[in-house]
Amino acid sequence: MMINNDRSAIIVRAHFVHSGNRFCEELVIIAEIPKEEYIKKCTSACAGCSSSLTLRYVLKASGPDTVLVVPACCTSVIQGIYPNTAVNVPVYNVAFAAAAACASGMTEAFQAMGKKTHVIVYAGDGGTLDIGIQSMSGAFERGTDFLYICYDNEAYGNTGMQRSGATPLGAKTTTTPTGKTVEKKDIDAIAAAHHLEYMATACSAYPQDIFKKVAKALTFRGPTFIHILAPCPPGWRYPTEKTIEMGKLAVKSGMWVLYEREHGKLSISAPSKAAMKKPLPLEDYLAPQGRFAGIDAKSLEILKQRLSDNLKKLAAEEAEP
Amino acid sequence: MKKIATGNKAVAEAVRQALPAVVAAYPITPQTEIVETIADYVTSGQMKSRYIPVESEHSAMAACIGAGITGVRTFTATSAHGLLYMHEMTNWAAGARLPIVMANVNRSLGPGWNIWAEHTDALQERDTGWLQVYVSTVQEAYDTTLMAFRIAEHNDVLLPVMVNLDGFSLSHIMQPLDTVEPGDFIPPLHLPHAIDTKNPAGYGGLTGPDQHFRFRWEIERSMRDSVKVIEATEKDFERRFGRKYGPTEEYRCEDADVILIAMGTLGKEAEVAIDILRKEGIKAGSMRLRWFRPFPNLDLAGKEVVVIDRDYSFGYGGIVAHEIMAKCHCGVYSVIAGLGGQEVTYDDMAEFVRERRMGTESWFGVTGNV
Amino acid sequence: MFEIRIHSRGGQGGVTAARLLATAALHDGKYATACPFYGAERRGAPVVSFVRIDDHPIKVYSQIRDPDLVVVLDASVMETVDVLHGLKKGGRVLINSAHKKEFAGYATFNVDLTGIALREKLVVAGSPILNTPVLGALAKMGIVSADSAKAAIRGMFTDEKNVTAAEAAYREMSA
Repeated sequence: MMINNDRSAIIVRAHFVHSGNRFCEELVIIAEIPKEEYIKKCTSACAGCSSSLTLRYVLKASGPDTVLVVPACCTSVIQGIYPNTAVNVPVYNVAFAAAAACASGMTEAFQAMGKKTHVIVYAGDGGTLDIGIQSMSGAFERGTDFLYICYDNEAYGNTGMQRSGATPLGAKTTTTPTGKTVEKKDIDAIAAAHHLEYMATACSAYPQDIFKKVAKALTFRGPTFIHILAPCPPGWRYPTEKTIEMGKLAVKSGMWVLYEREHGKLSISAPSKAAMKKPLPLEDYLAPQGRFAGIDAKSLEILKQRLSDNLKKLAAEEAEP
Repeated sequence: MKKIATGNKAVAEAVRQALPAVVAAYPITPQTEIVETIADYVTSGQMKSRYIPVESEHSAMAACIGAGITGVRTFTATSAHGLLYMHEMTNWAAGARLPIVMANVNRSLGPGWNIWAEHTDALQERDTGWLQVYVSTVQEAYDTTLMAFRIAEHNDVLLPVMVNLDGFSLSHIMQPLDTVEPGDFIPPLHLPHAIDTKNPAGYGGLTGPDQHFRFRWEIERSMRDSVKVIEATEKDFERRFGRKYGPTEEYRCEDADVILIAMGTLGKEAEVAIDILRKEGIKAGSMRLRWFRPFPNLDLAGKEVVVIDRDYSFGYGGIVAHEIMAKCHCGVYSVIAGLGGQEVTYDDMAEFVRERRMGTESWFGVTGNV
Repeated sequence: MFEIRIHSRGGQGGVTAARLLATAALHDGKYATACPFYGAERRGAPVVSFVRIDDHPIKVYSQIRDPDLVVVLDASVMETVDVLHGLKKGGRVLINSAHKKEFAGYATFNVDLTGIALREKLVVAGSPILNTPVLGALAKMGIVSADSAKAAIRGMFTDEKNVTAAEAAYREMSA
């Protein structure tokens, strides 16, 4: 296991655990989550915003020697309006398609200067799956030393909830008013195709998990990727106080699986392991969301099939030696 | 030390000496020799820069922006469609107040695919806040690239600079090149707004209607202040290295009745046309426009002005001709020539002057126009 | 101003020949420019290179219309290209040929560059190198000095066979 101890690892101890029929080394990130807040009080976020919650824990894991590179997305606005900013680390805002390329330049420059500042792209799904995919792929392929975080609310949130490549089949958005007729793009498979040493999925409803995964990602040299499901009250059409509940339903139904891939080896995170034993019916997840109201039977069938296939596939992959 | 070099090689050599920390570039004909030469310098250890082989021009400029905001020197090069692809980000670079230097090898726009010289590509960037200069010899390409870094990085400027050279006509021509030892001609870069994690700030975030215009004014203010910086830089270059440059290069204009204006290599070949015209008794002079942004004050009072535009703004006219008319309050004879690498010789240019019809526009090679 | 047009095929080194010639002229204390003219860079397609030599800086970029000298590195281009086009009255032709060729109305100089290259084993990837030996022929014609020709070659190539082949061309070129 490759860990760069000169990066800001909040890894306290490693111990051997009995897992299945083998002993394996499990790296346990046990440290208490630091109390320091890097998101201050004047954000322009919606009530119930997943991204703000997520970013709090990302920055707690990363610490003050961090630069966020933020393409056009909700976070561009959430920071607040000039002359104020709600974020207490440098935030470099950049054009929609450009985040990963901008991060490429930035991390090379820091390295040229001998600085160890973390460069983290913090992008929405549009800036990752669609317009930003070229620059992300290029940065991954070049082995850029940075962390790419995609917080995914499954639509172009900042511009009023139009469909993106991350919008699921059957979901209503302003540009798919009767439900999207094509499936969600599998950006995790695309990311994995770049031979990343570390990638993970997470969800805003599990902030400790986010914290651990970000801390771990930052110990790796080279490109790392974390895809975080970000339930969104205006986009998904549910009451603002139910964001955590939505996230938990996503995981418990198996619609969203929490996992890590380290050097290509899959390990499913505890909440999803539990969910996979007995997933909640998919309807339990879809029903509270206005965007899935009236979803047609065919789409629902496909979603269920994909979900079931995916769980099987992941379970099989994890079981591989 | 004198040697034969292409325009592209001359640019690469100047970049090597300026030593940007980060170069990010994407290949496009006719710029490729710049990119390949720099990659070679870096991999062979002749240039201790980091070279990012980005996957598009849009990303090239984005990477320069990301690197630049940390406070390091950056460089890129492109042409035509690559320049247009990065247009969103060239605007961003100027707005971000980053002293990026970019060599643009002027090439026409498709369709159809045409890889030869035309200025429309760079002129479409004239509104972005980039400083723009057009060079006409291999020597000038080298000298001006060195000067570009110093001008861009000056505290009164902090704006990106585009050095333009004609595709093939200059990028690929081999001429003598005398390289210099820059010494401290280009001081180290101190970017006042560089990222500092000890003093964190937000960059380029949401800015309301009551504030945004102030930032736009700041770009213009620096663009105006750059005039003095350019002049001082060119004077210092002359003092140190013996070669003189200005906003224009004038040839036999002192007692001229008619001035022929062009940019790039046409502006240099125009001098041969002037010699021919003078022999015929026509008191002509040529004025090669170097700096296009900031647009210079031209002394054209009382002269007849013939402007060759190697570019066009459809539905309006030759861009250089119209900027001259607007800024200098004079009438011109506007000739559109050289588009897509169209051959324009000194004989053709002499004829433009002889045939001039003031206040009209003529397309070289197109009959029955105007 | 002295103007030279070099005809060859892509991949044969016509552009390098132009560069070497310009470099040699520089060593002679002259001003020189060299320019290839090609569209898509395809091996085997006819290629033209221009060289101008003068005592003063050269301000001309447009193509050479009436050269003083035409150099033909590959005679087969003459099937599709009029290599004599624009050649000044009293102009000269230098042609790579094993057999004596003549062009009516122009002083023609023959040199078997291919034969010399093969003999001197100046071959790369199966192709004889023509652009260094031709400098020798050009020096014999007085376009550049022999010393400058050698200096130009040595400035670009470490293999001394290039100079040997140029010296052979110098000796063997016939009017």
